[in-house]
Amino acid sequence: MLIGKPSDIPSSAITPKEQYLNRRRFLRGAISGAVAAGAAAVGAERLAEVFSPRIGALAGTKLETVKSPLTTTGEELTPEEYITHYNNFYEFGVDKDQPAKNAGALPIRPWTIKVEGKVAKPLTFDIDTLLKLRPLEDRVYRHRCVEAWSMVIPWVGYSLSEFIKQCQPLASAKYVQFLSYYDKRVEKWASESTISWPYSEGLRMDEAMHPLALLTFGLYGEVLPNQDGAPVRIVVPWKYGFKSAKSIVAVRFLDKQPSTTWNDQAPNEYGFYSNVNPEVDHPRWSQKTERRVGLPFYSQRRTTLMFNGYGDQVASLYTGMNLKKNF
Amino acid sequence: MKRSTLILLKTLTWVACLWPVGQLAWGAVTNSLGADPTARIALSTGYTTLMLLTITLAITPVRRLSPGLGWLIKFRRLLGLFAFFYGSVHMVTYVALYAAFDVNAMMADIAKRRFITMGVAAWLLLVPLAATSTNWAIRKLGGKRWNRLHKLIYVAAVCGVIHYWWQVKSGVLAPAPFTVVIAALLLARPVQGWLQRRKVQAVAMDQAS
Repeated sequence: MLIGKPSDIPSSAITPKEQYLNRRRFLRGAISGAVAAGAAAVGAERLAEVFSPRIGALAGTKLETVKSPLTTTGEELTPEEYITHYNNFYEFGVDKDQPAKNAGALPIRPWTIKVEGKVAKPLTFDIDTLLKLRPLEDRVYRHRCVEAWSMVIPWVGYSLSEFIKQCQPLASAKYVQFLSYYDKRVEKWASESTISWPYSEGLRMDEAMHPLALLTFGLYGEVLPNQDGAPVRIVVPWKYGFKSAKSIVAVRFLDKQPSTTWNDQAPNEYGFYSNVNPEVDHPRWSQKTERRVGLPFYSQRRTTLMFNGYGDQVASLYTGMNLKKNF
Repeated sequence: MKRSTLILLKTLTWVACLWPVGQLAWGAVTNSLGADPTARIALSTGYTTLMLLTITLAITPVRRLSPGLGWLIKFRRLLGLFAFFYGSVHMVTYVALYAAFDVNAMMADIAKRRFITMGVAAWLLLVPLAATSTNWAIRKLGGKRWNRLHKLIYVAAVCGVIHYWWQVKSGVLAPAPFTVVIAALLLARPVQGWLQRRKVQAVAMDQAS
């Protein structure tokens, strides 16, 4: 590794934590020649750490957090290894182990979110501003994938509503759309599927303003690993996982329902609302039960709860709505 | 081929064919099947079934390429039966780990979900082939009838590929390689037959002149 000016070192060139730790392990056992070569590389990294303001964003960096009354209790957490190595992030490959291998290419600094549409005035938020906007909370949520597997994830973030207030949406804003980062030179795996990018998701304004909807920066008390949607993503725990867009670069306030990726791709399979609902089967499988990730095959199966178990908090958002029709 | 070579190759084939299920069994015992063991078992056994069906279908066209490859026929039954074995484990996975032995749920699935309908059809088509795989059954049926019956493997393979396409998410192209290879292997049969007939005609004309 060349020792460049710190500002020349793109964050994508900074060694991911895992590799870094591997190297440490390797160093410990290596013969002296290898130690010397390795030490030079570690030295360069240290130098970058000292001078680069971006380094605070490295996956695995501890975040300062506070407790939250909105955290889910009574569930065993899914091991971090699975949360970070079993991902659907098709821009980095369609297999679940690909994002962990490929998402290192995601340039997480500098990073901004553009706010557009029905707002007082268009704004741009820097990721480091967003990290300091509100105290970061530890929030454990159940995570239910539309593919019928589930996890329990200790996210770190604050209510999306806090961010939306800063965006000053107009009264005419009825929906909010989230757009994920997309650059086909970086995410060259995106062409493994026929999906049209960038990834787009959306919520109705009242859903987005619900305190459970989380603007998310971390998990397990640390900065989000890239494959989990670094540096900032949405988490909507009462909806199927694909509603929770990753690596957000733009937020648009709209007076009409936005077009969203999976709904466009297969409208009969993925509704705009996509609330977790055991009564509405996916055309290709039942949604009555789910498989909890990380358990042995004979004890994975469990009952899926309406609104993923968050009905007490969110059911009132849908009063009077036919949830079988608006699935 | 020397007898010892044949025994060696057969042993290797057995090891290769048992490898995927061995891996799953080891993973199940040591609880190391990854994040979603149920899905892993289902995907792995399904994939291996299609792989073995593909290799089984490749035997005849490859054998026809050269008289020296005639010995490949000795492996076809073994590979076909292993394809059936993995297909059966795949079915048991569905019955036990997805439907939890609930007959009503299975009936509903088969009626409602076309990828399951197609998968069950593919497996059912393989049952009579496995049942008539013994030398005794071949003698009893007679070579001609047996051959005709075993053409069902073409239908089963096509059903298997459709099952795969209908199972994956819209926009995902994972089944494409199997589709291309199986289509090529099925097309190779009439093409090779036609080439063979032309050669025979040419020889006959040579002799006539």
